[in-house]
Amino acid sequence: MTFDLDHAWRVDPRVSMRPEPFGALLYHFGTRRLSFLKNQRVLAVVRSLADHPSARAACAAAGVTAAELPAYTRALAALADSNMIAERTPA
Amino acid sequence: MTITQSPGKLTDLFQLGLDAPICLTWELTYACNLSCVHCLSSSGRRDPRELTTRECMDVIDTLQRMQVFYVNIGGGEPTVRPDFWELVDYATAHQVGVKFSTNGVKITPEAAARLAKSDYVDVQISLDGATAEVNDAVRGAGSYATAMRAMGNLADAGFRGFKLSVVMTRQNIPQLDEFKAIADRFGAQLRLTRLRPSGRGADTWDELHPRPAQQKQLYDWLVAHGEQVLTGDSFFHLSAFGSALPGLNLCGAGRVVCLIDPVGDVYACPFAIHENFLAGNVRDAGGFQAVWQTSDLFQDLRKPDTGGACKSCGFYDSCRGGCMAAKFFTGLPMDGPDPECVQGYGETALAEALASAAPAPRPSVDHSHRTAPSRTVVPVTITPRRPPAHDCDESPLAGFSAG
Repeated sequence: MTFDLDHAWRVDPRVSMRPEPFGALLYHFGTRRLSFLKNQRVLAVVRSLADHPSARAACAAAGVTAAELPAYTRALAALADSNMIAERTPA
Repeated sequence: MTITQSPGKLTDLFQLGLDAPICLTWELTYACNLSCVHCLSSSGRRDPRELTTRECMDVIDTLQRMQVFYVNIGGGEPTVRPDFWELVDYATAHQVGVKFSTNGVKITPEAAARLAKSDYVDVQISLDGATAEVNDAVRGAGSYATAMRAMGNLADAGFRGFKLSVVMTRQNIPQLDEFKAIADRFGAQLRLTRLRPSGRGADTWDELHPRPAQQKQLYDWLVAHGEQVLTGDSFFHLSAFGSALPGLNLCGAGRVVCLIDPVGDVYACPFAIHENFLAGNVRDAGGFQAVWQTSDLFQDLRKPDTGGACKSCGFYDSCRGGCMAAKFFTGLPMDGPDPECVQGYGETALAEALASAAPAPRPSVDHSHRTAPSRTVVPVTITPRRPPAHDCDESPLAGFSAG
């Protein structure tokens, strides 16, 4: 699916995130599915989604460069597909 | 650069272990109203040394601190513990999700209504035959009716997506479609797991374990049904038939899962209740966290596999040598093929093990009912009190998806 970088996102409240040396593990208590984040930066992006007006802003704040943005977009799209993150109405 | 990672890579990562298990199996009691002939924990009678309510709460506090996402509670029949519901509530109030396995004996309409309200509690009803005839031969007279009544109560209470959990045997593999139909009828999800020669299963393995042709039938059925059917990732040894099954194709013992037994002993996995796989006890100094993070046994299990006798096999990357417990309790070496190796190496290895005359190791712990009926017919009419083996469920990565 296409991921809207310019929309506001947040982690689903039923998701538990556990930092690991390689990044993080995510568990969704509603779907009972496990997912994971491969590095610390994508963890920083995901954690700060709710604090930014858009996913693009969250990526920028975490130091994601323009060249890296497509890979981060794909990762966020996968998380949205599995309902780990969801769109929110910007504050 | 990639952020997402292929499951293959993930296997390499998990092979070295995690700071905390993803989930773990916790058997709350050895007490059980049944005496299933394949019970992997040889349950029946309560052990007087079982953890107290307070000790169980301390374990939950530790799991919360370690951020273990959920526990698979089993037994024995966990719901016969008087503090069962109190412990479930305590766990969910402390961010530790609960999935519990039951034969359904205590799943009344009231209990079902209460379960239907929580996002953080999931239920697995054990049933090992799609008909009373097939089920009750393994789990005991009346156990089919008990399970069906429990599922009816859950469905009536509006609990959608609870699990119907089946241990696959020679007798029930022909009933795969019927199991699916039962699950669909109750709005449940089917979960199929592998029979292990653990506990009383060591004594019944020869009669119950699937034939080679049935393994292929099961594999094809699993491939056809994909992620609609859960497996606790327990059939990774079948991946050597062809494409990998969904989930993590790796033995998670001591790496991403483990077992806490009713007296607090920590074993590498629910199928390995034997002193060789005992890592420590939650009552030891440092509690569960110290056992998980520093025990010699778990450190050892986290070392990379060498592949041993299987290394030269072209399918090793698919099956990784199969199940440690299945090998152990059939007397096979840990670094060789699984007894049910689909390439046929297991049968050769079993023949060699038999010829060596060294007996297969026996389970170390037995809480079977002393009065459990023998399996031979006796000329009196008694209601057989046989068994639920709850199937163990650590399915660490069931439904795992890379994100």
